Amino acid sequence: MRKLLITASVLALGLAVMPASAETIRWARNSDALTLDPHSQNQGTTHTFVHHIYETLVDRDVEGSLQPRLATEWKVKEDDPTVWVFKIREGVKFHDGSDFTAEDVVFSLDRARSEKSNLKQLHSAVESVTAVDDYTVEVKMTGPSPLYPNNLTNTFIMDKGWTEKNNAVEVQQAGSTDDNYAVRNTNGTGPYILESRDPDVRSVLKINANHWAEKKPDITEIIYLPIADNATRVAALLSGEVDLVQDVPVQDVERLANTAGINVETGPENRFIYFGYRFGDAPLKSSNVTDKNPINDPRVREAMHLAIDRNAIQKVVMRGQSIPTGVANPPFVNGWTPELAAYPEKADVARAKELLAEAGYPDGFSITLDTPNNRYVNDEAISQAVVGMLGQIGIKVTLASRPIAQHSPLIQNSETDFYLLGWGVPTFDSAYTFNDLIHTKAGHFGAYNPSGYTNPELDKQIESLATEIDLDKRNATIAEIWKKVQEDRVLLPIHVQVLAYAMKDKFSLAVHPENQPRMYEVTVNK
Amino acid sequence: MSSTNNSTAAQKPRTRFQRIWDSDVFFSFRRSPVTIVAALVTFILILAALLAPWIAPYDPFNPASLNLMDGFTPPNSESMMGNYFVLGSDHQGRDVLSTILYGSRISLFVGFLATLFAMAMGISLGLLAGYRGGTTDAIIMRIADIQLSFPAILIALLIFGIARGIIPPSKQEGMAVWVLIVAIGLANWAQFARTVRGATMVERQKDYVSAAKLIGVHPLRILVRHVLPNVMAPVLVIATIGLALAIIEEATLSFLGVGVPPTQPSLGTLIRIGQQFLFSGEWWILFFPAITLVLLALAVNLLGDWLRDALNPRLR
Amino acid sequence: MLAFILRRLAQSIVVMAVVALIAFMLFRYVGDPVASLLGQDSRLQDFEELRERLGLNDPFYVQFGRFIANAVQGEFGISYRLQQPVSELILSRLPATIELAFASAIIALVFGLSLGVFTALKPRSFAAGLIMTLSLVGVSLPTFLIGIGLIYVFAVELQWLPSFGRGDVVRIGSWDTGLLTSTGIRSLILPAITLSLFQLTLIMRLVRAEMLEVLRQDYIRFARARGLSNRAINFGHALKNTMVPVITITGLQLGSVIAFSIVTETVFQWPGVGSLFINSVQVVDVPVMAAYLMFIAFVFVVINLIVDILYFAVDPRLRIGSGRR
Repeated sequence: MRKLLITASVLALGLAVMPASAETIRWARNSDALTLDPHSQNQGTTHTFVHHIYETLVDRDVEGSLQPRLATEWKVKEDDPTVWVFKIREGVKFHDGSDFTAEDVVFSLDRARSEKSNLKQLHSAVESVTAVDDYTVEVKMTGPSPLYPNNLTNTFIMDKGWTEKNNAVEVQQAGSTDDNYAVRNTNGTGPYILESRDPDVRSVLKINANHWAEKKPDITEIIYLPIADNATRVAALLSGEVDLVQDVPVQDVERLANTAGINVETGPENRFIYFGYRFGDAPLKSSNVTDKNPINDPRVREAMHLAIDRNAIQKVVMRGQSIPTGVANPPFVNGWTPELAAYPEKADVARAKELLAEAGYPDGFSITLDTPNNRYVNDEAISQAVVGMLGQIGIKVTLASRPIAQHSPLIQNSETDFYLLGWGVPTFDSAYTFNDLIHTKAGHFGAYNPSGYTNPELDKQIESLATEIDLDKRNATIAEIWKKVQEDRVLLPIHVQVLAYAMKDKFSLAVHPENQPRMYEVTVNK
Repeated sequence: MSSTNNSTAAQKPRTRFQRIWDSDVFFSFRRSPVTIVAALVTFILILAALLAPWIAPYDPFNPASLNLMDGFTPPNSESMMGNYFVLGSDHQGRDVLSTILYGSRISLFVGFLATLFAMAMGISLGLLAGYRGGTTDAIIMRIADIQLSFPAILIALLIFGIARGIIPPSKQEGMAVWVLIVAIGLANWAQFARTVRGATMVERQKDYVSAAKLIGVHPLRILVRHVLPNVMAPVLVIATIGLALAIIEEATLSFLGVGVPPTQPSLGTLIRIGQQFLFSGEWWILFFPAITLVLLALAVNLLGDWLRDALNPRLR
Repeated sequence: MLAFILRRLAQSIVVMAVVALIAFMLFRYVGDPVASLLGQDSRLQDFEELRERLGLNDPFYVQFGRFIANAVQGEFGISYRLQQPVSELILSRLPATIELAFASAIIALVFGLSLGVFTALKPRSFAAGLIMTLSLVGVSLPTFLIGIGLIYVFAVELQWLPSFGRGDVVRIGSWDTGLLTSTGIRSLILPAITLSLFQLTLIMRLVRAEMLEVLRQDYIRFARARGLSNRAINFGHALKNTMVPVITITGLQLGSVIAFSIVTETVFQWPGVGSLFINSVQVVDVPVMAAYLMFIAFVFVVINLIVDILYFAVDPRLRIGSGRR
């Protein structure tokens, strides 16, 4: 720590006298990476930062398709559908100069799926990893796993020798009492080298002159600055203290876009916002209807679906920065169709009221809506708008707003009747969503399904997706599952989030669908 | 003030009521235009808050009456839905004027009750500690130390946290205002206690207290009749700032993500919400609630200031 | 005197123990760290495993005992969020908070005292009235709003001062100071003003009130009658006697400085312990929160002790009082 801080202050002094160069970018976002240990946290902010230092076998581009990175090609072994073969890039060196080989890949994948890793879910189907030669790795799966490479986009490759030498083979776990070397020190193959780091304050990355890629990044130095407060972050860009702001509040997009010298890029994120509610016969905990569960009646769910004016939310609450949707699936993700995504253009209050009356609630009922207030874009305001819209059909909603740290336990412990949540799909495949949101809560499945929705037939179909190799057949099953999910209105989707990056107009950078902007992709307009 | 002092002293004794009525209190009131304005502002704001359901043009606390498409209407204009908003509308299509009226109600309610709670607790414990001394003093003041060890905001956050743990999730929103009152009240009592105790300790040494004790006056009577009036000056200074402080603490708690539900906002919550629109041009969502809060706090503070001068027992 | 100090020391230790208990106990309710530690990809078994490993399933007193045993050694474990030793994190953030608190305390004391004396000596002047009224505007605005306002005016519109952070820091021994670089000083201005406004007003009003009170006392009139100069009366007698409550309140207000520094640091992204705390609260990073509370309590106990001793030294009447006990 001491050494790190000394370098930090020496560097800070150095910066003070250095002339501002076109290659430095000061990059601000709302929070810092939690750790530099690449296998310790499965969390977007951390991955985004670590992507500059470490590299993955495969990468996802801004269109969402898989691209080679440290692996040059990958395919299922011809005679064995349960084995994936990765060809490894040659001539790659780690920052400390040691060679990158298949050994490092085996080591890293084993570390990533080790007991203490937070990435182990993504590798749960892996049986063993072996190096065939210096540049070929085989991954044996427990069964056919046609989509396994999709799980590798955030699994970073570490140097075996370096990690062993520094006693960092075991992944640092949250709550452990040992200080782990890999949390604060890095040795990756990536385009930037960690120069200094002061968590929550500032991290500096310098370009890796020996990086394998032919095209050298325009940006030679990254100064990463977490600024938690929205207004302060926007102010820092307006006053010229930072060059790029990643988490731009939607209401400030227009102002920034109209500010001379600032350029705003927007694009959809691979994340949808939806409401969930409690199924089952047991009465709701927060309702005035105490003998049964109104939501269990499909007519009530249909009425709620009809009462929500998604276009109004998009226009007013989100300032146009969202894509309203009728399905809980972002458009990039396998299984999405425009038909599924269709939604009522306007709220149909009359029909919704009729349905409620038919269901036996002509005067509506009351319920509490639990919403986070610091996690998704305008989460609290979306919920507030929905309270009003449901109010118009007679459903009296009490809004309970909490920070995400207090909101998520309600979901994990199934303590909520009605809740807002956002969901990203890192594998770009519907199965990921089905596993966690639709499947009955049991074992590895349904971790984020507090609703009590259960359908054994659907569960079986969902489970079959993991091992189905025939992609056409698999896609047909996905379509069937979505059809049933939509029929039952298991979820009440609102929109797909749109991201905005604001930057000085000499820089340009397209929005990354997983909100993982890469500074080496920034172009400097000369 | 010395001229006031002389004139009262020269007059013959009158009934208690008369004495209060024409004494320095109202004399100084008449002499201070700032105080008159402050009293007027306080009165109007409190009245407006009390009468909100009758005078507000809309009912912002009824979500069913809101139309999202009314959102972000500038002041003194009609929304595209044809509704008129004199101070504009906010991000949910709520009339800003109405939310301010309703919001002031909640802010004043929380502020008054929290301050009263803190004051009652602080004064009684402070008097007790200062007068009894010894172990009682040590225990009470150590508790005060513990309380003061934690910044008020922190205490309020913690009490909120406990409440979240104890009250079932489905009941929490209804209790929010009460939790807030208790949290802010408990966070501020030690200030009163410290000050009252300090003054009481000094007062206790004075001859008149010893004399009262000697002639067998009950300690409680000494405390209430003799010691209390003498410690009221600093208490009022603290209570004055305390009321404004309570309102501001509520706002700060909202800023930090705990507070009343956004569907029934207080002035503080309105400011927190409005703050998001500072850079995007919808200044009215922040400006009017902020002005109301400043006016309210300012007026209350000015009134307290005047009261402090006027009620000071040593002036009479 | 020694007995008095010893007694207060003993009391302070009890205070610390109670704070430790409260700190530990309350945080069990703030939120579930498990939920925020694990991401979207975690499954039910992971939650149970993590609970077990963190010892959250142990009985309350076992957890508390462990906490105290570690705390006494200055060991608060590893931050759940940043995975670094908590004591290191807090120590590395401390200079920022201390410099900010120090700067704002100086602003508050200098301006508070001088404005307070001025308004007390010329209570009827227009300037005094204006100052009194303006000062109230300052305390009538929430800290975060003042901060945002200052940022908007001085950083965004005028672009005179930075809107966030500490600027460049220089390391002296184990202390990172921002006071030696121009960007550091410039960065300090807005947060220090924001943080000082409230204390400034309080000190000013207190000084004024006490000063007016003292100036009314008979001995001041006698002094005047005896022909002592105004200067000698105002500063030699009146101001001196005003200092007792001012010392008390100023000392106690250091707590508020730290409280409001939580908000100020958040708004200005000031890398001090306050923003560390708020970041930790959001994800329920219990080790950091507990250590922070213990730290604040420690600071307070020390301040209280000093205030008590000063009180003792300044007001001779109190000495007789406690001597009798």
